[in-house]
Amino acid sequence: MKILSRLYIALILFFLYAPVAVMIIFSFNSSSSVWVFEGFSTKWYEGLVYDTTMLTALEHTLIIAVLSALISTVLGTAAAVGILAIRKKVASSLVMSMTNIPMMNADIVTGISLMLLFIFIGNLFGLNESLGFITVLAAHITFNLPYVILSVMPKLRQTDANLVDAAMDLGCTPFKAFFKVILPSISTGIATGTIMAFTLSLDDFVISYFTCGKYQTLPIVIYNMTKKSVTPDTYALSTIIFFVVFALLIFYNMLQSKSEKQAAVRKVGAK
Amino acid sequence: MQKEENIVQLKNISVAFDDQVILDDLSLDIKDKEFITFLGPSGCGKTTTLRLIAGFLEPDEGDVLFEGKKINGVPAYKRQVNTIFQRYALFPHLNVYENIAFGLRIKKWPENEIKAKVEEMLKLVNLTGLEKRHIDTLSGGQQQRVAIARAIANHPKVLLLDEPLAALDLKLRKDMQKELKKIQQQLGITFVFVTHDQEEALTMSDRVVVMDGGKIQQVGTPQDIYNEPENAFVADFIGESNILDGKMIRDFYVEFSGQKFDCLDKGFQENEAVDVVVRPEDVDIVPVEKGMLTGIVTSVSFLGVHYEIIVDIGGFKWMIQTTDEHFVDDKVGLFIEPDAIHIMKKSEYSGLYGDYSSYSEEIDHLSDIIEEE
Repeated sequence: MKILSRLYIALILFFLYAPVAVMIIFSFNSSSSVWVFEGFSTKWYEGLVYDTTMLTALEHTLIIAVLSALISTVLGTAAAVGILAIRKKVASSLVMSMTNIPMMNADIVTGISLMLLFIFIGNLFGLNESLGFITVLAAHITFNLPYVILSVMPKLRQTDANLVDAAMDLGCTPFKAFFKVILPSISTGIATGTIMAFTLSLDDFVISYFTCGKYQTLPIVIYNMTKKSVTPDTYALSTIIFFVVFALLIFYNMLQSKSEKQAAVRKVGAK
Repeated sequence: MQKEENIVQLKNISVAFDDQVILDDLSLDIKDKEFITFLGPSGCGKTTTLRLIAGFLEPDEGDVLFEGKKINGVPAYKRQVNTIFQRYALFPHLNVYENIAFGLRIKKWPENEIKAKVEEMLKLVNLTGLEKRHIDTLSGGQQQRVAIARAIANHPKVLLLDEPLAALDLKLRKDMQKELKKIQQQLGITFVFVTHDQEEALTMSDRVVVMDGGKIQQVGTPQDIYNEPENAFVADFIGESNILDGKMIRDFYVEFSGQKFDCLDKGFQENEAVDVVVRPEDVDIVPVEKGMLTGIVTSVSFLGVHYEIIVDIGGFKWMIQTTDEHFVDDKVGLFIEPDAIHIMKKSEYSGLYGDYSSYSEEIDHLSDIIEEE
């Protein structure tokens, strides 16, 4: 039984990671052949440094990812605080399900509807080119928001409601009490939300495709490259993206297990 | 002079949540430097009253005065009071030192003064050496001490304590009761204490405010509250009581259980219907022929210090505490001295309490558990 289950896990991992492994191996191929590994080389990686289209796209992606992660973190945290403050249960669960819809919705539907909205608003202001930096940023903030809310909400629920009272009792204004007491207690939730948002923004293709106009992000540039021919520099770039996302996810998991440990200790302490 | 002596005054306060009346036209003066306790069952409005003084809640009607000045609408962070919360509400992301220093940092004290103050506070609550400890690693009793230190480091004129000892076990609770009382006398701060534990209220307080249904039932020293309860609720809530229907024949002469007794109370109308309280420890059990009342023992339980005996007298079950042993079905006489009888005016609580016919150890035990919650 034990051998079988190990074999099963090995098979799952093989099918999941074999494609990525193949891609990584061929990104170091010295020829552009997709069938034969002719020798080790880092020339495709070196080539990326001189590819200006690629570098601009990378810059776009990073700017959008950082900005959308930060803005959705601020908005999402504020929203979580607001949703929890709603006294009526029906209203608060209604708001909650409304925020979850963009998460459940098919990316293509979100993408197309956002595109229509942006073009419509652009026309109202008489713009010919309504799609670009602002619209792709707005789109990314939109789909990041529910993830931030969902990671902050449980931490907020765990914090003792009396903490704010205690802080005000000791001289804090309600505003100061939030920053001095609530924010530190939910910081791991906020951090996991930010990383999640950053990762999602980094590798989004569908929604960006419909909303970016000429402000093309990396996934879109790669897609356009593959329309002509698939070259190993695509592999090199994809390998880099894979490792960045991989590192972020490991960091995310570490943060989460840390906050779970904290919660466990607190429970024992309370008894 | 009267004005200076009252540090907090509540005037005709009413509070309602969603049409449910929590406090009903409540008025009270709290004197400077006294230890005053709000005592009552859960839902009586005692915590609400505390939150009104702290500034977490505004009254729908009435005024809150602090040192003679109206402080309605003054937010909690501007009031010269501090609170110790039921579950302490310590800041989990800060260590012991930073928790105690919190209020001082907000007030922007210089670092060396904060250090001196925190050390002084740690000494006061016996926690020296634990400065660096994380809140999560402290025991319940230690957390309690940090909460006390954090509140009084700010030199409040009034310290509000919301059932601060409820989460501690019995032994620790007794120790903390003494310690809190000591701290209060040492610092000369007004303590406003909230509890549902009558014993706690009696041992610690200068004055006790007994509350029920959003109203003050009685205010007085622990002795007053115990010996001269104003109505059946107070008599029943504080200690054990036999509460009987009676008739005041004239001053110093009352009739109940079909017999007439001398007593020390006066000021009632002739033949006025009254509630009569006789505490279980004030009744002597005597041979039948010497008894003023006679009855049959229906239950005996041994409690260590004394026996608790239920005696049926004409259908009304009395509780009597005695150090002599008696047995079920014994016929006994009761002897009641005039000073053991306390007369109360009839109230909305008349007839609700004071008969032990449904008495059993289990029910008593159960009601204790419910109260704890």
